[in-house]
Amino acid sequence: MKHLLSTEDLSLANAIRILDTAEEMAAVGEREVKKLPALRGRTVVNLFFEDSTRTRISFEAAAKRLSADVINFAAKGSSVSKGESLKDTAQTLAAMGADAVVIRHWASGAPHRLAATDWIDAAVINAGDGTHEHPTQALLDAFTMRRHWAQLHGTPSAGADLKGMRVAIAGDVLHSRVARSNVWLLRTLGAEVTLVAPPTLLPIGVGQWPCSVSYDMDETLAKGVDAVMMLRVQGERMNASFFPTTREYSRRWGFDDNRLRALDTLGLKDTIIMHPGPMNRGLEISSAAADSPRSTVLAQVRNGVSVRMAALYLLLSGDTREPAATASSGTASSSTAYSNAAHSTKESH
Amino acid sequence: MAHEQQDAARTGSYLIRGAAILGGAAQDLLIRDGIITGRGTDLAGSDAADGATVIEAAGLVALPGMVDIHTHLREPGREDAETVETGTRAAALGGYTAVHAMANSNPVADTAGVVEQVHTLGRAAGWVDVRPVGAVTVGLAGEQLAELGAMADSRAKVRVFSDDGICVHDPVLMRRALEYVKAFDGVVAQHAQEPRLTAGAQMNEGDVSAVLGLTGWPAVAEESIIARDVLLAQHVGSRLHVCHVSTAGSVEIIRWAKGRGINVTAEVTPHHLLLTDELVRSYDPVYKVNPPLRTDSDVQALRAALADGTIDVVGTDHAPHPSEHKECEWAQAAMGMTGLETALSVVQATMIETGLMGWEDFARVTSTAPAVIGRVADQGRPLEVGEPANVTLVDPAARWTVDPSKMATMGRNSPFAGRELPGKVVATFFKGHPTVLNGELNTPYRHGSHPETTGPAGAN
Repeated sequence: MKHLLSTEDLSLANAIRILDTAEEMAAVGEREVKKLPALRGRTVVNLFFEDSTRTRISFEAAAKRLSADVINFAAKGSSVSKGESLKDTAQTLAAMGADAVVIRHWASGAPHRLAATDWIDAAVINAGDGTHEHPTQALLDAFTMRRHWAQLHGTPSAGADLKGMRVAIAGDVLHSRVARSNVWLLRTLGAEVTLVAPPTLLPIGVGQWPCSVSYDMDETLAKGVDAVMMLRVQGERMNASFFPTTREYSRRWGFDDNRLRALDTLGLKDTIIMHPGPMNRGLEISSAAADSPRSTVLAQVRNGVSVRMAALYLLLSGDTREPAATASSGTASSSTAYSNAAHSTKESH
Repeated sequence: MAHEQQDAARTGSYLIRGAAILGGAAQDLLIRDGIITGRGTDLAGSDAADGATVIEAAGLVALPGMVDIHTHLREPGREDAETVETGTRAAALGGYTAVHAMANSNPVADTAGVVEQVHTLGRAAGWVDVRPVGAVTVGLAGEQLAELGAMADSRAKVRVFSDDGICVHDPVLMRRALEYVKAFDGVVAQHAQEPRLTAGAQMNEGDVSAVLGLTGWPAVAEESIIARDVLLAQHVGSRLHVCHVSTAGSVEIIRWAKGRGINVTAEVTPHHLLLTDELVRSYDPVYKVNPPLRTDSDVQALRAALADGTIDVVGTDHAPHPSEHKECEWAQAAMGMTGLETALSVVQATMIETGLMGWEDFARVTSTAPAVIGRVADQGRPLEVGEPANVTLVDPAARWTVDPSKMATMGRNSPFAGRELPGKVVATFFKGHPTVLNGELNTPYRHGSHPETTGPAGAN
């Protein structure tokens, strides 16, 4: 694993390895001194062509907890907005000795371009590209789900996958990099995914995806679901005839108070409600739902730092070997090996 | 034609020995002063062949010089991408003796002045016939008709009109254009793309775009315009040409229209005969083109349609771009691919080596039919005595690996880079003069002392 560009091509073994390493990293976050020396002397550049304070500070916190030097390069107000090309920017960062580039870009595929060209040799982490993928978001979502799922079953998180978990992802799938990354990763981890959306906000071709599709939120809840992930509705969709009005959207596809009550009525007492943030309270999610004990919104933010620490650590610590492909049959044993490796490397610093 | 005959005076004589004419039996062709003066077996001993330069062509296929109905030469305006000189060198190397230069230059070729400039540059270069295409609307803006008649009457004798790159989407304007060009036997070549359905479109809309998160260019945006236009052409009794057909659905509509006797012709590009949208998974903008690469079932339908005549011609849509327009994010990249120097090989690979066509059919779709559509009287003619000597010699057994850095076009944006392709142009005769010999550029044809050739004529 030299780069983290998408979850579509992330193997089960690598996914489990990142999640297990993130568990180790989470333990660091609970210490009094929340810092490891693992990436001392390494330079991580946060290259953001699109505003995203949340993702940027999450990566910044992750890199700093690993003792890396962090450079934040916001494309707005820089030479990039004056017409400097991605190529020149990448070559500039390469010349400055960047070891990893965390890139957020409005154009789908921009991280792939950085990784595939000879413009820069650094490890590339996709922090969200256009409407393509946002792999660390999906990994932090999976991390959050896995902890919940393990707790329910009284088993350890480490080494576990998400077999049998039923996940509904609801909202603007068409324009959502979060939905795409989640669909691929949840498939890899063995969960059953249902996308719930108005037909206008599903891509042509969604029929080929490894998931079910529903136009009916209530029916999806009634069939039973262990996690409901609500996607943000972007402002620019609201006047483009994807749906008639925000009120109609909210009634048919939003997670409102009635649906929050329905979870209780349906006996789904352990179902969690997720949202990648930032939320449109009252549109795709009601305040009562967002603030209920079922909500994992803040846990997702917290877990984001651990997952991003894990990604940075695994890409920069030098061990870029593919783990053994036997993880699907023997997750427990192989994951133990990885967490031991993470331990021993950390202790050696 | 008087000056054409005058031009032809000094081209000398050539004896092409033992070429398979249109892939058939091996025969000799004798060329003298721009005209095919002999065809038969063993002309070498004849008096007529005295003093002729002999070209041994055993194993080679002789074809009528190829005619491209769809080329972007970029001049005037984007000489950093291509010039008439470099683009027509590429054309000659690709086996062409005529190209239709699309109107989306800067300034747009929407006046007699601009089309005459392009025509003059083409004559000065001397590698092929450059037939300017006139814009349908002023500035390609889709609002008012350009002076189509003035362009038709100009020295460039424009017969093909197109806003290519942009669709003439206003149905009234399209109707008027189709009607108006009847006055001078013109044709409207439509870039079929419904603009509202393709706002921000980046690639074919389908399974791959869904995964890649790139805005889709749905097949229906092409098909709905073609359906409308064939009905308009029928209604006003005019001639329609559909540029770069890319979908299976478009093929069905055109087949239906031809069945009803509608005067429509259609073109397919080499890249749409070979490549699919699976290549976009790389996010490499060398695969970004308009219309976009489609699916394998579209590719198969296009091949079948070219073989059965539903699609009349291969047009390259040669679209060179400077590398900075491709070395960037997909969404930022320019659309288009080079094609002049690979067209023959790609058509051989996709149509001939698959058994769908023979070389006779190849001559029809790359020379005869495009010359008829463009009303180019002295191109696309049979290889017979008395005909103009526009001849391409091809080695069908050759294999070569595409290397854009070695091409004559200034564009390095070939989607076939690194691929091994069959077939190589060995020689191209333009008006009896070898512009290409031994697979390399020779010298350009020198037009006679016509007033048009003052200026840079002879410089190269």
